[in-house]
Amino acid sequence: MTANPISVSYHRPRPVAALLAAAAILLLTLLAGCARDASDPNDALKNVTGLVAPLQFQLTNQDGQPVTAADYRNDVVLLYFGYTECPDECPTTLAMLAGALRTLGPQASQVRVLFVSVDPQRDTTQVLKRYVSNFGPQFVGLRPDESELVDLSKRYRIAYHYEKPDKDGNYEVDHSSAVFIFDRDGRARLLALSDTTAQQVATDVHRLLASS
Amino acid sequence: MPPFVTDLGYLLPWQFSPTIFIITATAVTLYLRGQRALRRNGAPVGFWRAFTFFLGIALCYAMLQTYVDYLSAHMFWIHRAQHLILHHIGPVLVVLAAPGRVLRAGMPTRLRQVRITPWIQRPVEILFRFLQHPIIAPVLFIGIILFWLTPSIHFGAMIDTRRFIAMNWSMLADGLLFWWLMLAPRQAQGSTAIGYGTRLVILALVAIPQLLLGAYITLHSTPLYDVYAVCGRAFAISPLDDQQLGGLLTWIPAAMMSLVGIITVLYHILHDPEATAVRPRGRPSPAVQPAQRSDLGAPA
Repeated sequence: MTANPISVSYHRPRPVAALLAAAAILLLTLLAGCARDASDPNDALKNVTGLVAPLQFQLTNQDGQPVTAADYRNDVVLLYFGYTECPDECPTTLAMLAGALRTLGPQASQVRVLFVSVDPQRDTTQVLKRYVSNFGPQFVGLRPDESELVDLSKRYRIAYHYEKPDKDGNYEVDHSSAVFIFDRDGRARLLALSDTTAQQVATDVHRLLASS
Repeated sequence: MPPFVTDLGYLLPWQFSPTIFIITATAVTLYLRGQRALRRNGAPVGFWRAFTFFLGIALCYAMLQTYVDYLSAHMFWIHRAQHLILHHIGPVLVVLAAPGRVLRAGMPTRLRQVRITPWIQRPVEILFRFLQHPIIAPVLFIGIILFWLTPSIHFGAMIDTRRFIAMNWSMLADGLLFWWLMLAPRQAQGSTAIGYGTRLVILALVAIPQLLLGAYITLHSTPLYDVYAVCGRAFAISPLDDQQLGGLLTWIPAAMMSLVGIITVLYHILHDPEATAVRPRGRPSPAVQPAQRSDLGAPA
């Protein structure tokens, strides 16, 4: 910093102005905290419009066919990451989603639940097919390969990791609990959290179907 | 077991950023060139000074462009550790190394002679002066921590890649600005310099909200940030353990860094002839001319 400080002369902001600016910064910080929450009071689920990346993937479905997000345009898509040997969280969540689809009645035909395996080693397409058929015709099992799974985890900012196998070689996988909900155009709109009820999902998905 | 990363993969960027790569590479190249030029001129850069600079740069780079990038999005305490380095430790190291002289010496001659048009220079100077104001700077320093740790904003920052990047950039930039104002020698700061006494007050004051925030997070009995459960944690740890570790990182090292800052400022006071000038010196230091002295003390 050998610049000659003499050559530049400007005035320092006055303390009063600085204090006002400082107060404004603090106030904005506080307001920003409150404002962001009041996105849409109608939604029981978390509104993530504009926050989460649009639906995009290239995976293999339960029948071994390659599929992309374009195959699910015009449907409302519920995207969930899990694995078939999941002891509690996945079956609970998928059952909750099945309940929501039952509540929706005939409208449920415009909804797809995409179950993406975070354990492609054990979840072959046959295993996935058998598993998702337990929950209903709208449920689709998708199997990524390793690099596709890493890409998805970057895109949707989800984490998963494998616990140490027991002596029989069984292991658990920790993974995200969120259900990402996309509208018919593939835009991310809502996030169902673990405490969300089937009724709440049905209500918000119904609104999403009506609005697009 | 993290997903699909082999040994050396931990050192590779999780999400590659050309910007960070170019900035880091430029800084390192300029510094190395500057070291060589200064050695040739008979004024070599001391080992520890260079070491401090490279350590600061390496730490910041590692926080943004290695596997830490992934971990910090999926574990609250790693996120807090990351920000401790981006907002405190990394910038402190870089500022303590006072790399300005070396970087300048490392610039190609033609680049050094480039004149920036007043249309660009002037607004940048005004913005810089605003950010370096002794009231604005500490308020921003604390405000930016509180902002990104507001639960609803934190959720958005963790789930939206663009906000996540904006968060990390803002922490690093603010860290450099704040610690430059606190720790750089007065002579180096030119016309935005503030007195050492003012700095001691600021350093003591900014510790307090960080202590309170850290204590609040650590002692809160329910999870404040649900986004880590929603998106999944990087490895198995209970949400409250994660939160308490993160709170402690916000709590204790924050005070430690103010202490480091205070010690550095005291060192400046002892070694700066003008700060302790009882007897007037015949020759003012080269960067500070008498005409400017009125600007150097505590703000009026």
